[in-house]
Amino acid sequence: MNNTATATEFTAQDFTSDQEIRWCPGCGDYAIVKGVRKALAEIGTPPEKVAFVSGIGCAARFPYYMSTYGFHTIHGRAPTFATGLKLANPELDVWVVGGDGDMLSIGGNHTFHVMRRNVDVNLLLFNNEIYGLTKGQYSPTSEEGTKSPSTPFGSVDHPVSPVSFALGVGGRFVARAYDIGQKTLPEVLKRAHSHKGASFVEILQNCHVYNDGTFEEVRDKGSINNQLICSHGEPLIYGKDRDRGIILNREKLALETVILGQNGIEEKDILIHDEKNYNLAVMLGDLRPPNGPMAFGVIYADPTESYDSAVIAQENELKKKAGEPDLNNLLRRGHTWMVE
Amino acid sequence: MPGNAVLTQTNEQRESLDSVVVRFAGDSGDGIQLTGGRFTDETAVAGNDLVTFPDFPAEIRAPIGTTYGVSAFQIQFGSNVVKTSGDSPDVLVCMNPAALKVNLEDLKVGGVIISDIGTFNDKNIEKAGFAENPLEGSFLDAYRRIDIDISKLTLESVKDSGVNKRDGQRCKNMWTLGLVSWMYDRDIEPTVQWLESKFKNLPEIAKANISALKAGHAFGETAELPAALPVFTVGSAEFKPGEYRTVTGTEALAWGLTVGSNLANLKLLLASYPITPASSLLHVLSGLKEYNVSTFQAEDEIAAVCAAIGASYGGAMGITSSSGPGVALKTEALGLAIAAELPLILVNSQRAGPSTGMPTKTEQSDLYLAVYGRNADAPLVVLAPQSSADCFDIGVSAVKIATQFMTPVMVLSDTYLVNAAEPWLLPDVNEIEPFPVSFRTDPEGFQPFLRDPKTGARPWVKPGTPGLMHRIGGLERASESGNVSYDPANHQNMTDARREKVQGISNFLPKQEIDSGANKGKVVVVGWGSTYGPISQAVGRAINQGHAVSHIHLRNIWPLPSNLGELFSGFEKVLVPELNAGQLLTVLRAEYLVNANGLNKVAGQPFRVSEIESAIISMVEEKNE
Ligand code: SF4
Repeated sequence: MNNTATATEFTAQDFTSDQEIRWCPGCGDYAIVKGVRKALAEIGTPPEKVAFVSGIGCAARFPYYMSTYGFHTIHGRAPTFATGLKLANPELDVWVVGGDGDMLSIGGNHTFHVMRRNVDVNLLLFNNEIYGLTKGQYSPTSEEGTKSPSTPFGSVDHPVSPVSFALGVGGRFVARAYDIGQKTLPEVLKRAHSHKGASFVEILQNCHVYNDGTFEEVRDKGSINNQLICSHGEPLIYGKDRDRGIILNREKLALETVILGQNGIEEKDILIHDEKNYNLAVMLGDLRPPNGPMAFGVIYADPTESYDSAVIAQENELKKKAGEPDLNNLLRRGHTWMVE
Repeated sequence: MPGNAVLTQTNEQRESLDSVVVRFAGDSGDGIQLTGGRFTDETAVAGNDLVTFPDFPAEIRAPIGTTYGVSAFQIQFGSNVVKTSGDSPDVLVCMNPAALKVNLEDLKVGGVIISDIGTFNDKNIEKAGFAENPLEGSFLDAYRRIDIDISKLTLESVKDSGVNKRDGQRCKNMWTLGLVSWMYDRDIEPTVQWLESKFKNLPEIAKANISALKAGHAFGETAELPAALPVFTVGSAEFKPGEYRTVTGTEALAWGLTVGSNLANLKLLLASYPITPASSLLHVLSGLKEYNVSTFQAEDEIAAVCAAIGASYGGAMGITSSSGPGVALKTEALGLAIAAELPLILVNSQRAGPSTGMPTKTEQSDLYLAVYGRNADAPLVVLAPQSSADCFDIGVSAVKIATQFMTPVMVLSDTYLVNAAEPWLLPDVNEIEPFPVSFRTDPEGFQPFLRDPKTGARPWVKPGTPGLMHRIGGLERASESGNVSYDPANHQNMTDARREKVQGISNFLPKQEIDSGANKGKVVVVGWGSTYGPISQAVGRAINQGHAVSHIHLRNIWPLPSNLGELFSGFEKVLVPELNAGQLLTVLRAEYLVNANGLNKVAGQPFRVSEIESAIISMVEEKNE
């Protein structure tokens, strides 16, 4: 999305509604709402030109807490409302918010198509790997073996990775952040906003009540050695001491983690992040401990014309050719005859 | 009237008729619908009133020669008002044995059968399920038969046009059209022009089709056949002066919605997912971009309705379109549009069900779905066009009601209306009172759910408007502020307000009129939707026989017209003919405690006039217990 910032300066407070937040104390959503408000203030689009659209779930309460326009819709369908809204009102900055159940289970088809079409909206998927609002059932992103009220002996089906899904369905902007990562989150959101076309951001979110600690290794204190923050043109180096890096194992055609200084590895051996490289993005998206660090930041960004702007361009072209529309002519297309 | 000037030389021998029913039937690949469409245009130009009924096979390309691949097109035309496509054909044109097999039982005794004997070979006869050649022996003795080797004559006629045999064979329909046009004294020149423009880039094909058309016509003139070939004159009907065209329900509805949206000063966004028979609305509207129409082919039915709601939320006229199974998928989203109180139009082109049912066949069985078919107390407006041309007015009204009352409106069309054509006296759009939407822009005293005291509608705010930012959604909203509310009294109030708003719309709509007959009598026949033609004609016949019968035809299904109960009080009995198992019947009994009886048919076909007529007569003659 992009919408030229105005001269007015905004603060996070300007994006805060008067509604009392109803998430559980300790929920990762509090940090996300804070990060989003901060990002919006920095982006600078006036609140009246911003709309949040959500489906159903804990995450989907989000619009009520923003002082922008907001539409809390039905389960899984938020991307479709957002598509209609954007077609009707292309000047708006449209943000879609949903959880893993909303956007990958009941609404998976719409998440797929909004990205395939490349509608100019920002999709924020709060992934907590559980159904919160319905009290703790496992979700399509839950790890295999998750014990939940509906899987008391452990789930046996395989989870989907939101980032891999987004890349697989043709997303042109795919990024990852995490709730309490207040440095990465606003930066990623600003990039998502400036990207013209569908922008997809997976935000790891801790569900304090039903799935506490599911992202412990990559999100919580002391996880810095598992966080690979990707930035375009920079080597994929990470770790507290910035001594870890990613190389390409050409034989296996896979990414491998290495330690700088060990086995003769130097900085020049480390892969440079190229956010336009789709294959690299796919491999980065797959990383997760114990098979490597988890990638954060903008994993993939390769813009192309958005659906809504292509639609409008085609319509304008036709309108120009047709000239001033005359409704009486419409009814008189083809053959007519007079009765005296 | 133009068009009747040609071929007067044979008029002396022509039998004069008030009205005729012709049915063209053949393989789905025979171009039957196109033939019917062209004959319709020629007939309209000749000044007859007419109604058509295209009857499509279930399969797109069924195996050639099979009964389930038979496509038919029926037209009734006449010198008086024509209201239906006719109960039974006077003339049946059969392009193959299967067409004869499927359609023979409908033909009038003594009717004319024109058969292409070139297709009556052993293989096709067997495929059609005849034990022996029906053209031999006494099988068809009750009819007037005209056997012509149309296949062979067509090929001969296209010899010089340079097309191959396959393309030549495909001109059979034009040869047949030429012959039938001659039989009814139709000018073929418009069809010649039409072919020239249709096949502009394929001059050989154009030439072949025109040669075949002219050869069929000449065949009649030169009467190579004995006196068997009957010729007719059907005088011009009395039409009100003005400019006319033929129109199908789909076209009229698409134009009505477009004109309505323009009069409301809104962009129209149709979001739809392909489904038979509703897709044609998507096709027509997709071509109207210059009239501020956008179309969006969604990934599924749910996405379609949700995108339409999203568009309305954004300040456009969101419309979605489907048929029964697709409408079922949209119901959750309809609930949201009702809760959020946003304008929305859903066009339901009903088809025979349940489930996939018979997708190409007509039925009126989604009335319950429209009126009651949602979770919770979720009222919306239901309108039903009564003819193809009426679809225009319904389209305009749907936009007006949806935008002025901030409510979803469901339009119940059906397969018959989608495809059927009739002449239409073209309105002057400039004479329709515009109803521009005034979006709320004033922040002073703004509350998202503060209702207009007159209409009960909440304000419509276009996102982007400064100072009016607010949140809406499916969670129950506090009256006025719209904030999420679980307050018991508020839910009661909001439920009441939603119901009263929709009910109150009847006060803004014209009162129900009696279509024909007196406002007191023995029987009132109450219909809705596409059954208007046959009911109107059946009631007319009963009145002519001296019975105290009247006809009420409902276009406003929900809310029902405010004076309907009063009208019922003038009659002893109520007859409700419907192409379903008795749905309006239930609604009327529930709403008015009225002694109504149903006449119900679910055969995938429209009513015959005679079916309704005999039901009326037996109700009239019934002794009161
Ligand atoms: S259930 Fe979990 S996700 Fe939902 S509000 Fe509570 S902590 Fe947050």
